[in-house]
Amino acid sequence: MLPPEPHLRSSYSAAFAAALIDPDGGTPAVVTGPSGKAAIKRYNVYRNNVMVSLIEAVAAIYPAVQRITGVEFFRAMARFHIRATPPKSPLLFEYGRDFPAFIEQYEYARSMPWLADTARVERAWLDAYHAADADPLSAATLGSFPPEQLADLVFVVHPATRIVRSRFSVVTIFAANRGEAPVDRIDASVPEDALITRPDLDVVVRHLPPGGAVFLTSLMAGRSLGEAAALALDASPAFDIASHIAGMIEAGAFTAATLEKQDGH
Amino acid sequence: MNATTKLAASAAIPLRFPALPIGALAGTSFKHEHLPAIVAEGAQRGFFEVHAENYMGAGGPPHRALEAIRRDHPISLHGVCMSIGGERPLDRAHLARFQHLVERYEPALVSEHLAWSTHETTYFNDLLPLPYTEATLGRVCDHIDEVQEAIRRPMLLENPSTYVAFAESTMSEVDFIRSVARRTGCGLLLDVNNVFVSATNHSFSALDYLSDFPLANVGEIHLAGHAEQSDDEGDLLLIDSHDGPVADAVWKLFEIVVSRCGSIPTLVEWDSNIPDWPVLKAEAAAAQKILDRCHTIAEGHHAAA
Repeated sequence: MLPPEPHLRSSYSAAFAAALIDPDGGTPAVVTGPSGKAAIKRYNVYRNNVMVSLIEAVAAIYPAVQRITGVEFFRAMARFHIRATPPKSPLLFEYGRDFPAFIEQYEYARSMPWLADTARVERAWLDAYHAADADPLSAATLGSFPPEQLADLVFVVHPATRIVRSRFSVVTIFAANRGEAPVDRIDASVPEDALITRPDLDVVVRHLPPGGAVFLTSLMAGRSLGEAAALALDASPAFDIASHIAGMIEAGAFTAATLEKQDGH
Repeated sequence: MNATTKLAASAAIPLRFPALPIGALAGTSFKHEHLPAIVAEGAQRGFFEVHAENYMGAGGPPHRALEAIRRDHPISLHGVCMSIGGERPLDRAHLARFQHLVERYEPALVSEHLAWSTHETTYFNDLLPLPYTEATLGRVCDHIDEVQEAIRRPMLLENPSTYVAFAESTMSEVDFIRSVARRTGCGLLLDVNNVFVSATNHSFSALDYLSDFPLANVGEIHLAGHAEQSDDEGDLLLIDSHDGPVADAVWKLFEIVVSRCGSIPTLVEWDSNIPDWPVLKAEAAAAQKILDRCHTIAEGHHAAA
């Protein structure tokens, strides 16, 4: 048998890491206090640092969820999630992507079925915040195409653009709980689709009118303007293309428009 | 030029920043909530230190804030999670991100920790301790070589604050750090609060540690606040919490260090319970006063000699 890899011969990090996020783990035998002193409370400083800092990282991504549930409820929920799905990347603003799905399954959150989608809007908000910078497509650029070509246009999505569709009033719930102002009673049962964009410095979350989500996700998937409009009209007979084009330009959802068949010429 | 054109320029060609000197300056951690107050004051004497990981997103407000600060002030890029003290090879993707930040912002100082924070695939978000042995020394040196090769300049390595020791350690922390500096040519970031915290926690003399420490290699000093808890025996256990003002005892040690090694760029760290800008600024001003006094004395000696 081959000898173990040098770094595995005596793994201090494996021994040290074993109980960092495991509530039932004991103090590793490899550590000690000075002059034979015990290391239980000493090691617990690390356990506490790790768990508290990760809970704070989750809370920083999901402030509206924390405001809705209250701090104690949120910290307990986050702790369970961290133990089940600890971060894999040192970039903590990338952490918590599985948290909305975790909330959906979390027994104590069942009375708040809209909570997971609220978390999805918050996750999209942070993605938009850190997304690459890009100039949004202007109305003037779009207006420079001849009207007969508009239906064939395809769009380049802005790096910050996200859509969250929900059976619940997530945009209203999100907006009401991201600030400090007192929250009035919200009817959570009205379906709302969210468009999240960051054309410049500020992330903006908009409530999409009916058909908007189908229209924009079709464009984001590379469908032409004509195809996307047809799909949106199918989904929502009241769909009005002119107002939706104006809306997507105002939101800065795309960076460029090109003629679909341009490459084929 | 409006904000949008500036932004487009930054995406295409990296901004060029002035090569502002950092020698003998005091600085503070840069916190985004302080940005309006800092920008309103305009260019000030001092520098700002940022945690590298907070600027590893593709774009958005963090980069805009750092660009604004960097136009008028030298910055120090402080990595928190390279896991230089880890057993695994460095995360190449993370090192590449770090290198990119060094190129983009041209920081006056670049530093990382003698610690680890990732094991297998889990990132623990804390600076975890390592044993001091020939094996760990070799690996830490390899990791620092790799970082310095990637960023094409020497980095500073920070001494840790610790709460436990490893039974398998065969050398003192200072001997370990001295050997790292000698073998890799890296500079050192002397965190005086960490020395005080570890000295208390491990019952050694902070002054002895500092007398032994290779001060000639120190390129930056850190100061910070700590909190008090107790160990299993009920004795004082200090926590490196960065959540309050610098303790009197740490100021005293700082004066001793500066009197021995001269005016070195000094940072006041404050990462939790962050106060309003004037409070943090006053802490940096207190450090600057000590640096200036030492500088004047040194100049005096120089003139007399």
